Amino acid sequence: MRTEKARHSGRFRRGLFGLIALTLAASIAAFLLSACGGSGGSSSTPTVSGQSPTAQATKTTAQSPCPPSGAANALTGAGASFPYPLYSKWTAQFDKQCGIQINYQPVGSGAGISQITAKTVDFGASDGIMTDDQVAAAEAAGGPILHVPMTSGAVAIIANLPGIQQGQLKLTPDVLADIYLKKITKWNDSRIAAVNSGLSLPSTDIAVVHRSDGSGTTFIFTNYLSKVSQEWKDKVGNATTVQWPGDIGGEKNDGVAQQVKQTPGAIGYVELAYAIQNNLSWASLQNKSGKYVEPSLEATTAASTGVTIPDDTKVMITDSTNPSAYPIVGFTWILAYVNQPDRAKGESLVYYLWWSIHDGQQYSSDLLYAPLPTDVVKKAEAEIKSISYQGQPLLQLP
Amino acid sequence: MQATASESPRTPGIVRLLRRARPGDVLFRVVITFFGASVLVLAALMLWQLAFESRESISAFGWGFLTGTRWDPVSRTFGAAPAIYGTLVSSAIAVVLAVPVSLGAAIYLSEMAPPWLRHPASFLVESLAAIPSVVFGLWGIYVLVPWIRSPVERVLGDHLGFLPLFTGPPFGVGMLAAGAILAIMILPIITAIARDSLLAVPSSQREAMLALGATKWEMISRAVLQYCRSGLVGAVLLGLGRALGETMAVTMVIGKTYDINTSLFAPASTAASQIASEFSEASFSLYTSALMELALILLGITLLVNVAARLLVWRIARSPEAIRE
Repeated sequence: MRTEKARHSGRFRRGLFGLIALTLAASIAAFLLSACGGSGGSSSTPTVSGQSPTAQATKTTAQSPCPPSGAANALTGAGASFPYPLYSKWTAQFDKQCGIQINYQPVGSGAGISQITAKTVDFGASDGIMTDDQVAAAEAAGGPILHVPMTSGAVAIIANLPGIQQGQLKLTPDVLADIYLKKITKWNDSRIAAVNSGLSLPSTDIAVVHRSDGSGTTFIFTNYLSKVSQEWKDKVGNATTVQWPGDIGGEKNDGVAQQVKQTPGAIGYVELAYAIQNNLSWASLQNKSGKYVEPSLEATTAASTGVTIPDDTKVMITDSTNPSAYPIVGFTWILAYVNQPDRAKGESLVYYLWWSIHDGQQYSSDLLYAPLPTDVVKKAEAEIKSISYQGQPLLQLP
Repeated sequence: MQATASESPRTPGIVRLLRRARPGDVLFRVVITFFGASVLVLAALMLWQLAFESRESISAFGWGFLTGTRWDPVSRTFGAAPAIYGTLVSSAIAVVLAVPVSLGAAIYLSEMAPPWLRHPASFLVESLAAIPSVVFGLWGIYVLVPWIRSPVERVLGDHLGFLPLFTGPPFGVGMLAAGAILAIMILPIITAIARDSLLAVPSSQREAMLALGATKWEMISRAVLQYCRSGLVGAVLLGLGRALGETMAVTMVIGKTYDINTSLFAPASTAASQIASEFSEASFSLYTSALMELALILLGITLLVNVAARLLVWRIARSPEAIRE
């Protein structure tokens, strides 16, 4: 081998050419492959359907005041990822209007609760109500803690049934629960057929898809199932992750949507905003009044309209009694201490929250979040007014 | 660094050094020692932190955590058996699928490939290792999973459905998809190390075998592979180590459930993917603690595999005949 040393440099040069040629060939092949995959995979381009904003909650005229001079010009918050697109719009607008920068990190509700409990952030955010243990831990760290509702979100049930249009499939609460309990396993089951007389349902197996990651969407969905099915409540229960009786987990909304899209006969659940953006085929759900309702922003806002909301707003509004409400709906909250440890930051926080529940609501519909109804805004106002520094309320309205 | 005669050998090394060395040397030595130690300290801190954070779960479940099959945040019951099982089985599938291909590729690259192809092809194989795992995951969801659902799982189910390994509905996602994507991800590392081991076999071995009238196949199988056995085993173990800890791509295609299922078609979960997908929403301290303990177990498994791999690779590197060309 040593005798070949002289030829080594020549071989090296040839090797280099080979390398370049191969790399080029590989990248061209990769490009062609990705182009094919792209055209096949992204058949549903995001189309935002024309959801008209609900008039009852948006007050575009009133402009909320900016905090007085001396307030902190930066705040940090962390928590739920579900409202992140809306919160980032809000923080940008609030910065434009009042010059206060709010840095919100969408680390997840659980992490948001831990961070506000550890006081590493100025406010937390969560899609779920804090448990008694969590409230106790937070109260030990910083006194009473508030849940201030910001917007509400809905969970759409999506299914892969060829030939069946969006909203055509009807599901009752107990049928949905029994599908997820794996007690109904075929699409042509008599109980599904009983409420879908016009549809020809196939005999395929139902593949049940759920979120594999812990999520507020799962929390709202399992909260609903626990309300409508005693068996679900006893066997599975309500949490951000549960011991699912059936089938497949998908990572995040798009993991679930992909799985449903790819598997004939699959059923899954995703956030309404995701379902609208991707034009997914959702089912109509029978609500508490017996009406079949398709998920929409109006039906989401309706879930918290005209129903009794406690003053602390710590309520899961799933299975609403409002006849026009979609039943799988939940608030998402900002978590803040009643007694703010820092006057300057507390001032910025209360003015930002006030701005969010008034001016902020006009941005909700465009970003596919449901605006808060007026009576919920009233409850939130009272909560924000109670936030204080050393016993003095921080919000001073003109 | 020889001690001068005037110094007693009992004088501490640092004092001796200070007495005669230039300040630059001392500084260099201190800084380098600090950097060297920091790696060890970091590893120790990480281990301690994991153990410390998982104490709540350890005291709640004891050894039962290893065998518990329920992972249920609602009833606050946590058991790691499904995750451990999923981790081991998905990695085993990966190794079974990847080893023949990567050993074949390594033999081709070191023994058969024309010289002009060796460098570029090796480079391409190694650059596979640089693809981020989330890219593998996306590719898995859009390309691999549909392909595994049909034809792979349909054909396997139709023809080998009598085996418990290939029963159940073909979802696409599941243990088989996770194993397949892991196999692709560990291909480059096994190929690269195996090729280096093969190249470390002295040419005299090959020449001697050929001189005896052996065919190329006999030369490779009897002389070359025999000679670098332990290096090849090391390559496989390093690949296995990577497969055990791989997170993102597996999370995206395993279709997480907490069941222990003999069928490879069934969804499963691995320790790494379970931690990644649940940690941010783990809402109470026992839950977080159980995830920490899962991380501790995973660290233990990968540590064992890596130590075994290091020992084997070290052995071949030190063997006197192994002189690089």
